[in-house]
Amino acid sequence: MPRATKFTKEEPSDAGSDVAMDEAPTSHQPESRDDMSIDPNENEEVEEDEVEEEEETQRVRLLPGSTPTAASFEFLNEGHTLGNALRYIIMKNPDVEFCAYAIPHPSEAKMNVRIQTFEGTTAIQALEKGLRDIQDLCDVVTDKFIDSREKFAAGISA
Amino acid sequence: MPHKPPTKEELERRKIVGIRDEIITDVTSTDFPGHYPGESHVWDIEEFRQGVRVEFHQNDPLEASFSLIGVDASIANAFRRIMIADIPTLAIETVFINNNTSVIQDEVLAHRLGLIPFQGGHEGLHKFLKWWRKPTDESEVNSSYYDFNTVSLRLEVACTHNDQAAPGETDPTKLYKHAHVYARDIEFCPVGRQDRYFSGADAIAPVNPDILIAKLRPGQEINLSMHMHKGVGSDHAKFSPVATASYRLLPTIDITRPILGADAAKFAKCFPPGVIGLQKVTRTEAAQTGSGYEGHEGEVRAVVEDPMRDTVSRECLRHPEFKDKVKLGRKRDHFIYLVESTGQWHSDAIFLESVTHLKKRAMDLEKQVINMVR
Repeated sequence: MPRATKFTKEEPSDAGSDVAMDEAPTSHQPESRDDMSIDPNENEEVEEDEVEEEEETQRVRLLPGSTPTAASFEFLNEGHTLGNALRYIIMKNPDVEFCAYAIPHPSEAKMNVRIQTFEGTTAIQALEKGLRDIQDLCDVVTDKFIDSREKFAAGISA
Repeated sequence: MPHKPPTKEELERRKIVGIRDEIITDVTSTDFPGHYPGESHVWDIEEFRQGVRVEFHQNDPLEASFSLIGVDASIANAFRRIMIADIPTLAIETVFINNNTSVIQDEVLAHRLGLIPFQGGHEGLHKFLKWWRKPTDESEVNSSYYDFNTVSLRLEVACTHNDQAAPGETDPTKLYKHAHVYARDIEFCPVGRQDRYFSGADAIAPVNPDILIAKLRPGQEINLSMHMHKGVGSDHAKFSPVATASYRLLPTIDITRPILGADAAKFAKCFPPGVIGLQKVTRTEAAQTGSGYEGHEGEVRAVVEDPMRDTVSRECLRHPEFKDKVKLGRKRDHFIYLVESTGQWHSDAIFLESVTHLKKRAMDLEKQVINMVR
């Protein structure tokens, strides 16, 4: 660890994980300025998008025991933020008889949504409509917010 | 019996959460299909567009206050939660300590450094910089740092005696050089294209240069380098772009029967300044039978001036003289947000970003649901 060359090699691998006591650097190390792991020459080699893109894993699943008009869905890595908003917007659908969300256990990053619909539509359709309605809602809120902000700024300067 | 559509007053009344001396009433929203017989309450984007309003009260880079009116609590809360936990910011994530002979331990020092909020050019912060993900293969960590996902910082301070100090000086900041290490001593080391986005006024720098990091005495030194990455508040509070993002419901004060004379002054004192005003009863009001002002011309009466300033302390409900004369409440669909930025984003941009974020989440999940069916 103390050598500058070795430092460059080992330093980042320690990031985020504990260092074993005997490997931990002691104080009064010789200064090393060239320990920055970012090498400007490396940038040209990798395309940004290549690093950004990664395949989406399936995060939504139909739970067993579901029928077309009464289904439970399991969302991975979602919580109250989307769960409650989605519940509200699905409940606004007149074809939906029942909708609720739950987080079965706080230490599992899972959120369940239960949808029961009347005949004529399916729970999956109701879920899709809910997700689309949230997007429309967000567009409206954005428009209104920007309008109001402009008016407020004009009011101050006037 | 044919159903009568609700009157405007009735619709307004439904939006009020009642606040009595010891209990609250009508907490849950009722605007769902099937709740009121014969009424629709179906989600309709045009109806929503008509009903929703935004009113700004303050818009400074570090603090914005605005009202979002006409949305449900679940939506308003989603925006608030996203602002706190899901908007990415850049913060110190890794500290490489070369030398630390100060009294503050390495891990405590690293934690303190992580919590310092930084600012920089917005285009670079929000567009150029991307996520850094720790490679699953430990041996590839070295080649995972690029100018677009890592920002390097350095902190090198050594404390020495100040030869120019007056004899008998006791103030350590005058007696020694670099007795105090401040956030402004952190040095930004641009790499690659970072020069293009973070130079001059756009350089990566602490928002508050006067944050005290450590105190040193002669012979002690701190020598370390740092890596900043993007992260979100749900991972660690240091990544949260806000100090607070909160909302409260607009208070309502309904004076149902006149409060006059000395009572009016006492009533006004039950509220924060500016909430209740005192007005003279006019001749026309006094002449109106059934108004409660008959024969009180010229007396002062309490009027509601600005319910937004109320803190809903319910003090007025403790006094028997105001019994049955006032109704307190809150408007269920009027959210007064207060967003305090830590400096990396403009406070209004944080809210806009939270709306965009919710939309993107819904969009991604819609794809996922379609994929699930397939």
